[in-house]
Amino acid sequence: MKEFLLIFRLSSVPTSSPSPEQMQERMNWLASVAAQNKLADKGNRLAYANAKTVKPGDIVTDGPFTEIKEFITGYMVVKTATIEEAVELAKANPILKMGGSVEVRTILTPDEKA
Amino acid sequence: MKKLNELLPHLFRLEYSKMTAVLCRHFGLQHIETAEDIASETFLKATETWGVNGIPENPTAWLYTVAKNKTKDHLKRLSIFETRIKGNIQPEAAHTEPDFDFTQQTIADSQLAMIFAVCNPANSTEAQICLALQILCGFSVEEIANAFLTGKETVKKRLLRARASLRNDNFQIKQLTEDAIRSRLDTVLRTLYLLFNEGYFSRSGDHLVRKDLCSEAIRLTLILVENPLTNTTKANALLALMCFQSSRLDARADDAGDAILFEQQDKTLWSKELIEKGNYYFVNACSGNDLSKYHLEAGIAYWHAAPANKNKWAHILELYNQLILLEYSPMTALNRTFAFAKVYGNESAIVEAEKLGLEEINYYHSLLGYLYAGIDTGKAIAHYTTAIRLTRSPSEKKTLAKEIERLVQKNGPPPL
Repeated sequence: MKEFLLIFRLSSVPTSSPSPEQMQERMNWLASVAAQNKLADKGNRLAYANAKTVKPGDIVTDGPFTEIKEFITGYMVVKTATIEEAVELAKANPILKMGGSVEVRTILTPDEKA
Repeated sequence: MKKLNELLPHLFRLEYSKMTAVLCRHFGLQHIETAEDIASETFLKATETWGVNGIPENPTAWLYTVAKNKTKDHLKRLSIFETRIKGNIQPEAAHTEPDFDFTQQTIADSQLAMIFAVCNPANSTEAQICLALQILCGFSVEEIANAFLTGKETVKKRLLRARASLRNDNFQIKQLTEDAIRSRLDTVLRTLYLLFNEGYFSRSGDHLVRKDLCSEAIRLTLILVENPLTNTTKANALLALMCFQSSRLDARADDAGDAILFEQQDKTLWSKELIEKGNYYFVNACSGNDLSKYHLEAGIAYWHAAPANKNKWAHILELYNQLILLEYSPMTALNRTFAFAKVYGNESAIVEAEKLGLEEINYYHSLLGYLYAGIDTGKAIAHYTTAIRLTRSPSEKKTLAKEIERLVQKNGPPPL
């Protein structure tokens, strides 16, 4: 089994908080990954507000919004045999319905080469 | 005579483990065999005496008086041996009045301590349950083998190892320390949970054996809940789960001992009393911020036992979602999919189910058989057939065969 990081992105801040149906859909998706015994780490959601970016030269800016078109809303780790399987899991994530995207990245073990 | 034949096994089951627990607390766990010998001799004497003189007015009190006298005799012999034969006078062994009594309180305290002594995290799960059944519930090797559907030799081997670790564990049984409770309570709860499941989902077809295991698990969990030291929200959640599940025990098997599916059960056979008890402990369990798998499973069992409610399956699915995130198990994954079908329909559930890939598990195929039943009869029958091949339980095989027959009658034979 290999581990893959799923990074969830949206291009705009949702104007309203998710409906109960949307929450339910997310929960069903997460539980479905767990039910396949492919969940390594539930990860976390990330807040839209209260974000800072730190740059060289003691520059701190508010949020990642100014420079990145799609900002990260959350992440989690799955464990599957291949990256294709991880992609299959990502394809069912409800964020895609909102125009968001999921980036799938291979997590390296300490002795692996990037 | 018939009455005696019924009474003695009953009393044995009820009192043997209590007696051993009190004696063990007195002698220490290294001498568990001495304690068991005294308890066995007591019951032997009861068989002889009651057979001739009839059953005494208060059989339980009689048993405890005899056990106490036998303990005195044992200590006297021990002190004679120590002073005259070994030649060293030990003042402690010299006074032969045992400093304990078989009062309700002593029995309860001893049993609680014994539960913690038996539940050693070092033991394997199987050995753990065997040991609990033997020492805490007074089951014979044969009864344990029956419940597990394994050979007596296997059970003996498991017990031998587990008993050695019990004797050498140096567990302080006299006074149950907070430390012991902290480090072992989870193992204790797990053992009782498994003990209950062994009964509720037993491989043994014998309905009585199953009920016995369930009621023993409840009795032991009740000991935990009745003691302030161990009356935690988790223990209450576990007890609530057991009560809810047990409420359906009588409705789950027909007169021939065959399993009856949930939807076909006669709900008037469900025990109202146990459901109410379950509710009581469930409220206690939810009084803190703890959320254990026992809480979630009790919640699911609550909805199963509750009267019809249009959101029932949505609630159950939500709880299964949380449960699978807390701890993966194939059974939870399959049960979750069943709840998913109830909320989102069989077709979406088939997609979910087939992702699980639990080809080796009979329930995977019986679930798919159930889901395909109204959609693709051929596939339904194929899955039911695989499930029959994989299951070892005769009553399960029968139930599944009946389902196939029902499908064939409704839709004609499958196209082969």
